[in-house]
Amino acid sequence: MATNDAPPRWDRRMQQRLAHGEAAALGELYDRFASLVHGLAHRVLGDEPAADALTCDVFAHIWEHPDAYDPHEGPMRSWVAALTHRLAVQRLRTTGTAALARGGEGTTEDLERRVHRASAAARADYIVQSMPTPLRAALERAYFQRRDYRQAAADLGITEDEARRRLRLGLQLLSTAHHTGPSGVPPEHGGAR
Amino acid sequence: MNGGAERFERFEGFGRHERRQVGAGDDSRDGSGGRDGGEAVPPRVPAEDGGQPVPEPLTAPPVLAHGVLKALLGAWALAACSAQETAAVEEHLGTCGPCADEALRLREAVGLLHAEDSLDLAPALRTRVLQGCLDRRAPRIPVPDWVAPYDAETARLDALLQDIGNAEWHAPVRLRWFEGDRPVSRRTTVAGVIAHLLSVDGLVAVALGLDDPLPRAADAPTPTARTEAYRRASRFPPSRGVRGPWREQSHALVRTASLTSGNSGSEKLSVSYGDFELPLRDAMLDRAFECWIHAEDIAEAVAYPYEPPAPRHLHRMIDLAARVLPTVLAERRRAGLATPPRQTRHLVPAGSPGRSLRLEIEGLGGGEWLIPLDSPAAVGSADHAVAHVALDGVEFCRLAAGRVSPEDAAAGQEGDREAIRDVLSAAASLSRM
Repeated sequence: MATNDAPPRWDRRMQQRLAHGEAAALGELYDRFASLVHGLAHRVLGDEPAADALTCDVFAHIWEHPDAYDPHEGPMRSWVAALTHRLAVQRLRTTGTAALARGGEGTTEDLERRVHRASAAARADYIVQSMPTPLRAALERAYFQRRDYRQAAADLGITEDEARRRLRLGLQLLSTAHHTGPSGVPPEHGGAR
Repeated sequence: MNGGAERFERFEGFGRHERRQVGAGDDSRDGSGGRDGGEAVPPRVPAEDGGQPVPEPLTAPPVLAHGVLKALLGAWALAACSAQETAAVEEHLGTCGPCADEALRLREAVGLLHAEDSLDLAPALRTRVLQGCLDRRAPRIPVPDWVAPYDAETARLDALLQDIGNAEWHAPVRLRWFEGDRPVSRRTTVAGVIAHLLSVDGLVAVALGLDDPLPRAADAPTPTARTEAYRRASRFPPSRGVRGPWREQSHALVRTASLTSGNSGSEKLSVSYGDFELPLRDAMLDRAFECWIHAEDIAEAVAYPYEPPAPRHLHRMIDLAARVLPTVLAERRRAGLATPPRQTRHLVPAGSPGRSLRLEIEGLGGGEWLIPLDSPAAVGSADHAVAHVALDGVEFCRLAAGRVSPEDAAAGQEGDREAIRDVLSAAASLSRM
């Protein structure tokens, strides 16, 4: 999809149109980011109705606070991803804490582990989606299509050396998903204000 | 891939395994030594051309083997190297701390790879999310009611297009419509359908002062001529690349129509289709209808489920068809395709109730319409109803889209046979390419 390389101009115009209260802009925003938002929400929360509800929250947040996004601080896509991530982790923690308070099973530590796992999984999804296409293509061959690196190299028309390099680099990027900031927001996402 | 210039190398630590073939192009990169994150890895010693194994230089340092094994860690973590390589890496991990750390990290990273959930977002979620937003903060520039069906239908079609593969863009589709009461059809592809929508939506774009998507003017401003002009101007058959321009234009139409709505004068805007005109509002509705109908063609071609529009949008589409039917009936009568009016019995002055057909549309989005039969100027009247037709809303739309013939339409019928046949045929004649 071309959405990954959207020019910053689109981000800037979108922010202005949202601030101006243009409902058509909200529709375009949804069309561009709904699958990103819903996908990340689903990865963290693990169920469809909760992901739907969070998708509502994320877009409502953006619509109500159009100035929260500053185009100078990075692409809107990363900002939306970070906001979704933050709100989803928050919701998981809140519902988990509430369940514990009602006498649900497990301990606070279990909950924290669950939150951490879900958070890393969602961040990993985002990393895979936004990593350079050559790296993603190599990972897809090796992991999903179970090709060895020599076959992957042949498939992709690259040297075996390059195939090894891409697999290693792709996984290195992916492994940063385990790094968490204090609020569960990955620093590379810029954070949501 | 590198052509002939292959070189063979042997590596310390790999010597007992096979000779490994490496593309010649790699040497230069290796030579930079920067491949392993800036570590000082000595450049590989290139072997002589000719394929002869060369004696290992005495200085072949173990650190070189380390570099090679380290480069294999990604493939190893993904279980994507040979058995010998796997064994070599694992042996190395026992003795090299940094590599063991990295190996662990990369293996954990593999655990984070997931098949992408291809969760199709329910189209209803879009409506729910947008409505939720608008309830919390009222828009300064709303999307008007008459634009909403087009907004929703284009979004639905785009979601379908997002999910289909490259090959499916070339799946055959047959466009069907009625011409002079005869069914006609034309072969195209999924991408061809989108090119068609792009070309015809362009009529509205031009009326709104937006750019014409056609690179060169069409012979006539009709849907068929425009579709043909777009096809002729393209050097290659359309492919998935047509999605972007179509989606950009549909977004621009929603946006511009919304901005126009507040202006006085937008009421007067009309869109010419060549042989007829529609007010802007009806044209947007017509384009929503066409978008849905063609989305169904596409969905059928790629075996994908597709639902009818939201009931309130479907209702507006049916209403548009019902409103234009009297005019179409009159035109068909002039062309000798419909029964002449029974003027002896019912000569009606304009604006008066006239002989009518009661069109009852069942199901969600349905309703009841009284179609004046003898003149578009007459007003439909229950008291003067001479016939009653009942059919499902989606069936009626398929009839109006030329997907079902008037004879095959599953319609409950009662009363004047000729009137019923005339109205159903007129509905089918609304269809076009």
